Amino acid sequence: MELDAKIPSGPIEKKWDKAKFDYKLVNPANKRKYSVIVVGTGLAGGSAAATLGELGYNVKAFCFQDSPRRAHSIAAQGGINAAKNYQNDGDSVYRLFYDTVKGGDYRAREANVYRLAQLSVNIIDQCVAQGVPFAREYGGLLANRSFGGAQVSRTFYARGQTGQQLLLGCYQQLERQIDAGRVQMYPRTEMLDVIVIDGKARGIVVRDLISGAISSHLADAVILATGGYGNVFYLSTNAKGSNVTASWRAHKKGALFANPCFTQIHPTCIPVSGEYQSKLTLMSESLRNDGRIWVPVKKGDKRPASQIPEAERDYYLERRYPSFGNLVPRDVASRAAKAACDEGRGVGETGLGVYLDFADSIKRLGKKTIEERYGNLFEMYDRITGEDPYSVPMRIFPAIHYTMGGLWVDYNLQSTIPGLFVLGEANFSDHGANRLGASALMQGLADGYFVIPYTLGNYLASAKLDKVEATHQEVKRSEQCTNEQVKRLLGIKGKRTVDSFHRELGKLMWEYCGMARNAKGLKFAGAKIAELEQEFWQNVNVVGDGGELNQSLEKAGRVADFFELGKLMCHDALVREESCGGHFREEYQTPEGEALRRDDEFAYVSAWGYRGAGNQPELNKEPLSFEYVHLAQRSYK
Amino acid sequence: MKLTLHVWRQKNAASQGKMERYEVEANEHMSFLEMLDVLNEELIGKGQEPVAFDHDCREGICGSCGFVINGVAHGPMPGTTVCQLHMRHFKAGDELYLEPWRASAFPVVKDLVVDRGAFDRIIASGGYISASTGSAPDANAVPIPKKYADLSMDAAQCIGCGACVAACPNASASLFTSAKISHLGVLPQGEPERRERALRMVATATAEGFGNCTNIGECEAVCPKGIRLEFIARMNRDYIQASWLQRQESSAGGVG
Ligand SMILES: Cc1cc2nc3c(=O)[nH]c(=O)nc-3n(C[C@H](O)[C@H](O)[C@H](O)COP(=O)(O)OP(=O)(O)OC[C@H]3O[C@@H](n4cnc5c(N)ncnc54)[C@H](O)[C@@H]3O)c2cc1C
Ligand code: FES
Repeated sequence: MELDAKIPSGPIEKKWDKAKFDYKLVNPANKRKYSVIVVGTGLAGGSAAATLGELGYNVKAFCFQDSPRRAHSIAAQGGINAAKNYQNDGDSVYRLFYDTVKGGDYRAREANVYRLAQLSVNIIDQCVAQGVPFAREYGGLLANRSFGGAQVSRTFYARGQTGQQLLLGCYQQLERQIDAGRVQMYPRTEMLDVIVIDGKARGIVVRDLISGAISSHLADAVILATGGYGNVFYLSTNAKGSNVTASWRAHKKGALFANPCFTQIHPTCIPVSGEYQSKLTLMSESLRNDGRIWVPVKKGDKRPASQIPEAERDYYLERRYPSFGNLVPRDVASRAAKAACDEGRGVGETGLGVYLDFADSIKRLGKKTIEERYGNLFEMYDRITGEDPYSVPMRIFPAIHYTMGGLWVDYNLQSTIPGLFVLGEANFSDHGANRLGASALMQGLADGYFVIPYTLGNYLASAKLDKVEATHQEVKRSEQCTNEQVKRLLGIKGKRTVDSFHRELGKLMWEYCGMARNAKGLKFAGAKIAELEQEFWQNVNVVGDGGELNQSLEKAGRVADFFELGKLMCHDALVREESCGGHFREEYQTPEGEALRRDDEFAYVSAWGYRGAGNQPELNKEPLSFEYVHLAQRSYK
Repeated sequence: MKLTLHVWRQKNAASQGKMERYEVEANEHMSFLEMLDVLNEELIGKGQEPVAFDHDCREGICGSCGFVINGVAHGPMPGTTVCQLHMRHFKAGDELYLEPWRASAFPVVKDLVVDRGAFDRIIASGGYISASTGSAPDANAVPIPKKYADLSMDAAQCIGCGACVAACPNASASLFTSAKISHLGVLPQGEPERRERALRMVATATAEGFGNCTNIGECEAVCPKGIRLEFIARMNRDYIQASWLQRQESSAGGVG
């Protein structure tokens, strides 16, 4: 398939202006004649639904939680980037753009990233106007902090609950539109299929999670903002409900899936404590501003941290990367932690952990300042581990956190199915092979508040959309397929629980498609997942029935999709014979053990097409060209 | 450690519920919800329906989780949601009674799951600042004293879990409603709609079937985010002022 990214011509600073001018507009009086479906009410979907409502479209919004306010975005802690340069420390739109392309290890599309950096400043304005209580200085102006992968202070934050406050801001705007009758909200409703008619996305099939009823909603365009798929690893920092189902079902209907193997491992999470573990908890990366990471110099040193003298501690990030120190990007920090543990220098009962130590900062700044900056995080750590980080160093370990891959979209955020737009973490477009901290919130809100209102209008004004009826055979067919899958899952009545399958899948993914990958392991995992998937369809036990709230059934449908995605991720990782960002292939590293990119062969986006169960997926390539940020080996030394 | 659980089981909104007794083997590092996961895996193994409960982030921030443990919303640890509650705070042989939030404005959906849609409707009736996308001035155009920004943030931390309602003998939603009114009302951006907001939100809360506040303070005691009672006082002040102003405005006849 020929992939046209529809990047506007002209110099990069002018592309978005040009696009906005060239886009067709929908006349204000006509907007109410169009209906738009928004699936997902996180930062991306919530901001899109609210803004499209304000513009006058008829919007229907869907989420699986009981309220749009609970989307996974709520859990983001650290902050949101914006090139405001309020600190006068040398930031600019160009620098944010540059940092993001470089941080993404040159696997993102320059034009998208530039637009993101431009829009970042509008986001902060918008959020403040909505009443987001960002942190402030005594003079009343906004405060900033710095974040991994950047040497300027451009991160805005609201204590350690930035995602919560941004999401509440956008949820409130959404509720305002619900009250105004412009958005109809469907909580506890899960999308299970996209309806494609005459090659265009015209609706979705959903299951009402309370009554179990399966029904269709039709519209002129469909927007997916359904988040990332990190839960394919079972253990991740994502909310338990986060899943790939919406994206995956769209993929099976023709939307290409881009760079599925690009997943981000976050360096600062609370280590796993046992088999029953249901999820991992992130400790915000902002902690790396004031915490120092170390392990004992000696292997197997089991003394408590307080008894290890300064000279016998290895502050390995400061040692290996003197200019960025503890603030190297996530992929680099995660791999360095793994390396330290692989050498037998890990700490804690399991040896899978490194210290994040605040003693020096507390001495320098006082306990009160540290408490003000990170109080809630310290409390959370204490609550989970039973240890007080003001007096003993935290133990941290990397965990799956974010997925850069997602449905392929062009510059207009449209997938390869016309009329199907994809926003936020669910798309692949802006972060390349590694996302910088505090950039996901920025992207979600840029997509929803400032990009989709323009690009959607252009689509609606130019597409010829015939009226579709609920009786259309495609609608019936999609509903029938969805019903059949539900029946099939309930009918297996095997011996194993859904969670046991999910856990096993997760272990395979983490072991072979996690922090370090190699060809042999990826092939092995691909085959193993296929076996496990087969067993799932013969031996899973989903109790209860379909006509009621049935949480096992919900999980089963999601895990079924994770199997298929897992296979594709392993395949994608296998085919990409280079290391870049979060994708580290052991066969491709520099003599110092850093990722070795192979730009001549792999400076492209892998966009996979679905070719039916059991068939190899089809690889389409979108070549990436770097006109502004020149391809170079990343260095944080 | 072995625990005995008595769990409220109710098939759906229309059916009668009752307490069921279970035994479960937990360990001290588990979270409370992980302990219930273990129970559910066992139940499924026996072909029985698992206990339904809401949860998502398991980090104490989404507000999905919540039920009553031995009469206390979110259980025995102050400032802690059930997803953040760890088993190290219990001991072998403990007998625990788990029930859903009980309030007529929060009908039971199934087992420990309730319908909190009323909270969304309270927000929809004014819990926002009318700032359409694109109309915002520069973020630093209006400085906000740190003290106010911090106070606003204190109120804004509410996660909308509903524990305050469950704990209140009047099933009042005052703590929840006042947290939003205070979050927005302390900020200069929230000032223009401050009074109208209080009027509408309080009216909606009443219409949804939540009771009045009689200053008992159970809500503050169980709030996992430490939302303070003083916000209710603030809400009442805004409300009273608004009622008075509203009368004045209408008697002046408006601009029409
Ligand atoms: C613990 C944690 C901390 C983070 N901290 C930061 C940070 O400090 N800064 C930063 O920039 N980023 C951070 N991130 C990343 C960031 O939070 C996410 O990438 C971002 O919030 C994703 O937003 P979204 O709108 O794309 O999706 P989400 O917020 O995940 O929303 C997905 C929505 O889709 C709905 N949905 C999904 N599937 C379906 C379906 N089939 N049917 C119906 N509805 C569906 C859900 O109900 C939900 O409403 C963090 C992530 C985690 C896990
Ligand atoms: S599950 Fe999110 S607050 Fe408990």
